[in-house]
Amino acid sequence: MTDIALSLRDVTKSFGSTEIIRGVSLDIKKGERHAIIGPNGAGKTTVFNLISGRFPISSGEILLNGNRIDELAPHRINRLGLSRSFQITSIFPRMSVFENLRCALLWSMGYRYSFWTPLWRQKELNEKTIAFLEDLNLLPRRDVAAGLLSYADQRALEIGMTIAGGASVILLDEPTAGMSNTETDNAVELIRRVSTGKTLVMVEHDMRVVFGLADIITVLVYGQIIASGPPHEVRANPAVQEAYLGALEAA
Amino acid sequence: MTERTSRHTVVWLIAILIAVAAPWAFFNYTTGRQSGFVVSMLSQMGMMSILALSYNMLLGQAGLFSLCHATFFGIGGYATIHFLTLAGDGTLPIPLELVPVLSGLSGLALAVVFGSMAAKQRATAFAMITLGIGELMTTAALMFHHFFGGEGGVNSNRVIGHSLFGLKYASGIQVYYLIVGWTVICALAMYYLTRTPLGRMANATRDNFERAQFIGYDPRTVRFMQFALSGFFAGIGGGLYAITYEIVTFDALAAPLSANALLMAYIGGSAVFGGPVLGAVLITLLQSGVSLMSNSWVIYVGVLFICMVIFAPNGIMGLVLAHGPIARAGKLRLLLVPYARLLVPVLLVLFGFIGLVELTSFLTIGAAQGKTLVLYGRKIDVNSLTPWLISTAALVLGGALLRIEARAFHRVWESLMIELMPARVAA
Repeated sequence: MTDIALSLRDVTKSFGSTEIIRGVSLDIKKGERHAIIGPNGAGKTTVFNLISGRFPISSGEILLNGNRIDELAPHRINRLGLSRSFQITSIFPRMSVFENLRCALLWSMGYRYSFWTPLWRQKELNEKTIAFLEDLNLLPRRDVAAGLLSYADQRALEIGMTIAGGASVILLDEPTAGMSNTETDNAVELIRRVSTGKTLVMVEHDMRVVFGLADIITVLVYGQIIASGPPHEVRANPAVQEAYLGALEAA
Repeated sequence: MTERTSRHTVVWLIAILIAVAAPWAFFNYTTGRQSGFVVSMLSQMGMMSILALSYNMLLGQAGLFSLCHATFFGIGGYATIHFLTLAGDGTLPIPLELVPVLSGLSGLALAVVFGSMAAKQRATAFAMITLGIGELMTTAALMFHHFFGGEGGVNSNRVIGHSLFGLKYASGIQVYYLIVGWTVICALAMYYLTRTPLGRMANATRDNFERAQFIGYDPRTVRFMQFALSGFFAGIGGGLYAITYEIVTFDALAAPLSANALLMAYIGGSAVFGGPVLGAVLITLLQSGVSLMSNSWVIYVGVLFICMVIFAPNGIMGLVLAHGPIARAGKLRLLLVPYARLLVPVLLVLFGFIGLVELTSFLTIGAAQGKTLVLYGRKIDVNSLTPWLISTAALVLGGALLRIEARAFHRVWESLMIELMPARVAA
């Protein structure tokens, strides 16, 4: 039990009378790199939204390191060590790249809602922010408004903000969507580097990324898991092949 | 970073210096005093600067569109009148210089109450609730006579005979320097606040409410705290108002003042810290200066506001800062001629517009009082067609010219921007 980082038990989600997630059960081990794949509309992003507390679940249970989190607000889940990125880049566009990352560090470093701490004098915080910027290759852009960054840089910042808080479980929602091949390679490298020692769950369409990164792949179709296992097993699974209509062979 | 910090310090020092020196520029040697009108206008600018800066903690920094900011200014004012009375009869042993602290706490207390209702809501719901709060408080001010004194308001005496510096505060100039002192303290405190975790997270929730949740912050708490603190500073502004005028009526918390707070922050420029101060100075000038010359000054403020929203959404400060890259490249002089060419049609439009507004307003108000209209230094017969025709012609012609010149200006501006592009990216 203790080596399970994230656990979903019979999770369902309905919007009105439409059931989007139809009973998903999944255990993700600590330190695992886990990819969730599936055709469009399968409910992959919805699963992320349920885990991260963006939407409430309709029934079932979600546990993070053995604790129920399915009734907590997103910021409480985040404080328990689960952090997520968004498919559509979600940063603070009018703030500088530096401020974006620094804000992502604030809570984990115990600053809370302080309105008396002068940020410019927080040596450790600022050094850590710089170190992250360096790691993300964003240091030359530190004073640029985040909204003016190139798309690939925004995606890198998005990942950086997701991991900066030191969460042990990281959810990445299509981290390489819309990137060129080179950019994707860089992003994969970045994800591999920053997710070391952490539990990584990602939704991804690019099969190169999925098979390059994931230890375990879960296939979601119409709100249900049809397969879950190591890449070679999933690839050989006839149900998966049917659902994907040969998309996997192309990869 | 250090270069920027020192430049900021210079701007602060210049502003403080201007505030301190301003009354002496209007020293009247025959009476041996500063002009009373000017001192009172400058005092107004000080308190309005606090109001506008504290409003911008919501609008500019937290993206909160509040319509009840005068509530906290007003409550600070009302409470201060009562504090002054208590201090005057010796019940409350506090020097006058520190009374604004109590005013601020009054604003804070009310902002905590209302903030807990409003700050949970987003965007339109937030604006609607604050609108309701503003109306509620205006009604309350007229209903509960014991505290608010009804329509006549409440009054007191600021000469309480207790001062840190042994001052009496009987003269306007002494009160002015008290206001300058508090304005500087408040402005510095609010500036400091922008550089704390709460201040930065307020920016973050403004930019992206949802993302703030996923980095561990409850955006509602951030907004609530920002709202409460802005109420604190607004309360101080109201306290200075009470000390200056020694009377507070419901005007001090009613909707027009809330709207003024918005106007000042917006016109000055809500994206830059100092913008609202600029707006406060300008609006107060219009209010005190232009209102002496024309009944229609509200129309001019209104039109100015509309023009700013359409053509300069970042306010005056935004306009000025947009020239920064050009100035740094040493190319500002390339804009001289285009600006000069803009000036002619702008003056024509202004001439025509002011003419029409004044003629119309005179037709309805002035004529009934049996006065003659004096416009641009000459007497005008409003019943003859000529002034109407001239004004309309100036407006139409100026408008047409302005369109042409604006296009030409735009071309020059764009070419400068493109030219400077690589430099900006590299910087």
